[in-house]
Amino acid sequence: MQLTDMKKGAVGRVTAISGADPLIEAKLREIGFAEDDPVELAHLGPLARTPICVRLNRTLIALRAEEACAIEVELDQ
Amino acid sequence: MNAAVTDTAPTRIALVGAPNCGKSTLFNGLTGGRAKVANYPGATVETRHGRFTTPAGRNVDLIDLPGFYGMSPRSLDERLALDTVLGKLDTAPELILALVDAATLRTHLQSVLQLRAIGAPMIVVLNMFDLATRDGLEIDIHRLEKELGLPVVTANATRKAGREALLAKLDAALGQKEFAMPPSGHFPAPEDVREHQVEARRIASAAITYEPPFNRATRAIDRVVLHPIAGPFILAALLFTMFQMVYTWSAGPVDMLDAGAGALGDFIAAHLPPGWLHDLLVDGVIAGVGSVIVFLPQIIILFTFILILEASGYMARAAFLMDEIMHRFGLNGRAFIPLLSSFACAIPGIMASRVIENDRDRLTTILIAPLMTCSARLPVYALIIGAFIPAEKVGLFNLQGLVLFALYITGIISAVLIAFIFKRTIAKARSQPLIMELPTYKLPNAKDFFISLWIRASAFLKRAGTVILTTSVILWFLAAYPASATSLKESYAGRLGSLLEPLLAPIGFNLEIAIALVPGMAAREVAVGALGTVYAVHGATENSSGLAETLQSAWSLPTALAFLAWYVFAPQCFATLATIRRETGSWKWAGFALGYLFALAYAAAGLTFWTSRAAGL
Ligand SMILES: Nc1nc2c(ncn2[C@@H]2O[C@H](COP(=O)(O)OP(=O)(O)OP(=O)(O)O)[C@@H](O)[C@H]2O)c(=O)[nH]1
Ligand SMILES: [Mg+2]
Repeated sequence: MQLTDMKKGAVGRVTAISGADPLIEAKLREIGFAEDDPVELAHLGPLARTPICVRLNRTLIALRAEEACAIEVELDQ
Repeated sequence: MNAAVTDTAPTRIALVGAPNCGKSTLFNGLTGGRAKVANYPGATVETRHGRFTTPAGRNVDLIDLPGFYGMSPRSLDERLALDTVLGKLDTAPELILALVDAATLRTHLQSVLQLRAIGAPMIVVLNMFDLATRDGLEIDIHRLEKELGLPVVTANATRKAGREALLAKLDAALGQKEFAMPPSGHFPAPEDVREHQVEARRIASAAITYEPPFNRATRAIDRVVLHPIAGPFILAALLFTMFQMVYTWSAGPVDMLDAGAGALGDFIAAHLPPGWLHDLLVDGVIAGVGSVIVFLPQIIILFTFILILEASGYMARAAFLMDEIMHRFGLNGRAFIPLLSSFACAIPGIMASRVIENDRDRLTTILIAPLMTCSARLPVYALIIGAFIPAEKVGLFNLQGLVLFALYITGIISAVLIAFIFKRTIAKARSQPLIMELPTYKLPNAKDFFISLWIRASAFLKRAGTVILTTSVILWFLAAYPASATSLKESYAGRLGSLLEPLLAPIGFNLEIAIALVPGMAAREVAVGALGTVYAVHGATENSSGLAETLQSAWSLPTALAFLAWYVFAPQCFATLATIRRETGSWKWAGFALGYLFALAYAAAGLTFWTSRAAGL
């Protein structure tokens, strides 16, 4: 599933970072998104589920849904 | 100390790292500099040089850079930083201090590998080690050094003791004939990120012996502050409180300063024989400079709030909360930080827009930044509100504070609407992505806080002592001479002001205002000083009653309100226009800002004047 489909508070693992725009992919990787890293959907913006705020290891990253959908995740059981 | 070493040319060392990892704090600590330190990514947007001598007596030219991740920078500040590291702008730094926030080593070690790939000599600094240890993080430094093939040192940039190990490591590195060169030596391609990530995580897993979960306090605070309903409410309440406090807390000190200025005037009046020197000091200098300086308490309260917000880590949260609304008006949430900074002064606000990647978004932010009510408007607003708005309680709130809040809100709403129009006309573009790290909350550092507050307060006093003093003296002369003049109209100033008056009369402005607006082009608060001087020279009263009381009898309420409306928009600040020119690279946009803001100011003042007249005020 995509990162944007996660429920608030859900924890999962990044399985793939792809997307149409290689620049966005590079940017997402540089700020810390990487395959196999745990992610938690920590907060949702006050309007329309965007931007979202995710916890990656010990950092918090805010990003908009348009970019977040480039990230594929798998929920922890 | 070895004197022979001291004479050599300084070694150029650059501070490189992700945004907000403490580069500027370390820079200030080592060089005694005063670079801006704030707890949000993107506080530094320019390079800054500083000198210091290591304990072994080596001279260092230290360079503070904007923060950046990776090797494919997009915004102006990131590009500037990377180009400096690569030596594209100047000779390349001889050594890199690669800073990493120790608490987030696992995520950010990959940036160190990317930097290492360039092949420049470097020392890795695990900064904010105090916070990492407090949280319980344990790192095997020797293992990390071995895995990276680079010297690694821990640091706490905020304390002298926390920088000693780093200085020792630096001396050791500078003492070697050849700097230790990292293994690889080619510029990493964007595709290499993937590889670096895998390697960085392997090293992190090997070197981090214990990793606690995410910071508890930050998690707890964010649960409230980023709550979808409570969050926006708290943001609004914070801003509202800020403007209430500017009034309620400053009343006492402002009255004291006002009385002090009055007493000083009386003292001079009593001890100097009447004559031109007496008039110049009392009507020119004290009435002019004094009427501005009395607003120092308000400036200090406003800056206290802004500095605490910046240091706490809340700013990035505010940007997160505002992003979607800003997005709908065609702006980016990141723009909220420069715009909020513009409450202090539009100039750093305009500079801070460098963090915005998209050129058109950036241009829009620059053009609307002057609409954010900067602190130079505060003396203008405070003077008029103090004179014309009764200090009543409206429910829980102070009416004067409410009016001030309304003026700020008018500025913000106009800025948003104008951004909306610009994005659909002159700055069409798709909005850029928001990808931003939110820092953990930190307690503001007392020393940083007081230094920043002092810089702001002294800048205000310095302007009062230079620009305002000069214009007050010149204006006094123009208003008091020729000696035959019996009224303001016959003086030199009056004759000049009469040229402008017909243009301004339709919006309710009188001759005194017309005269004050001219020197007021230099900076907004100059107009207050100018009004002080003009009314002192030809005032009805000879005693030292404050400017506010004079205005009460000289202006009608519609005129006062029109004057406030004018100042919401009027671009009366040369320095801002010059900064717009520099940041956009052409006078075209500075001229455009000047034109559209004056047009708005004129329309708003006129509208206010005529509607309040019609309403019988
Ligand atoms: N406790 C603690 N706080 C630190 C330390 N170093 C920096 N800080 C705080 O971290 C925040 C960021 O510091 P800055 O020096 O502005 O960071 P920067 O790397 O210059 O950030 P940018 O200019 O945005 O790239 C500030 O609130 C500092 O007070 C440290 O070693 N210990
Ligand atoms: Mg900095």
